[in-house]
Amino acid sequence: MDYEQIDIFEEDFWKLKNILTNLKNILDARMILLIDRAGQLIASAGDPEDLDIMAFSSLVAADYAATSHLATLIGEDEFSTLHHQGQRHNIFIQIVNNKFILAVISKAHYPLGRVKVETLRTKQELSEVFVAITQKMQEEKPEKLPSEDLSSEIDNFLEDFFNNL
Amino acid sequence: MSVINYASREINCKIVYYGPGLGGKTTNLKKVYEKVNPSNRGEMISLATDMDRTLFFDFVPVNLGTIRGFKTRFHLYTVPGQVYYNASRKLILRGVDGVVFVADSQIERLDDNVESIKNLIENLKEYNLKLSELPFVIQYNKRDLPNIAPLDQLERLLNPLKVPSFEAVATDGIAVFATLKEISKMVLKKLSQ
Repeated sequence: MDYEQIDIFEEDFWKLKNILTNLKNILDARMILLIDRAGQLIASAGDPEDLDIMAFSSLVAADYAATSHLATLIGEDEFSTLHHQGQRHNIFIQIVNNKFILAVISKAHYPLGRVKVETLRTKQELSEVFVAITQKMQEEKPEKLPSEDLSSEIDNFLEDFFNNL
Repeated sequence: MSVINYASREINCKIVYYGPGLGGKTTNLKKVYEKVNPSNRGEMISLATDMDRTLFFDFVPVNLGTIRGFKTRFHLYTVPGQVYYNASRKLILRGVDGVVFVADSQIERLDDNVESIKNLIENLKEYNLKLSELPFVIQYNKRDLPNIAPLDQLERLLNPLKVPSFEAVATDGIAVFATLKEISKMVLKKLSQ
């Protein structure tokens, strides 16, 4: 069964973060986000300011999912990139390893060609990190949250939250 | 797909509210959004038609707090219930960690509920997922209406897996949080296995 989980360890997180920061600096972009295809943010670079990044991430994943399905309807395997053009900002979206989405919020005047080239280069770098993460997840299980008494801890934790509503 | 980030000490999980059209999935999310302190949740996103019917999904992120030093965030999604939006429903299920099936208790909606469960099972296959292996709860909604099916009939029809189920009136917030609490518990316990 395909019940997937990804564990991001400290070292890998900073690798991912550095790659995103590097891309942000090269493109002088507003923000770079790395999101999983379920819409969950993995890492980002740049100041969100008033951007709701949770909502943004879920919408990027939905946007990509819908477009990807459009591709299959016309006999394509997938559209690997998407581009949305605005007055002040553009959004460029690139799939990574078929499981993750790299979203670049760039300034509208910034040349699209450069965004494409640099994003593609970044995709390769991210891809290598994800391959290493997957390998690591297969080889060693991290210090799991769990232990024998975790079950009651989860119960108490949820009691706390729901009783305080 | 749950994401456990050991660097930022965060756990993110995705819960999908599934069920027939007009069954109360969006109402569940609206109640969660209304009741949870704004500091513990994000904004609600609704991709709906002009008639306020869900077109793609509704979304609310909820921070449940910190467990063992990990900030735990649940992303709640609904799917569009109407039969012809199946492509969208399928897409929303990607990476799901737990499912809440919101059934409409009214007698005339029994067939719709059954169809919707079948559709859920079919769509999960797309991701090699089985309902029996996924954290899954059922909510029998609209228990305040006069024309409802008895609970044992609903259980027989919709709950052969004998998963936890709840009688709810989502418009009044009844059992909305009991349902969410149960699915959260199941998802977290599955993660810890």
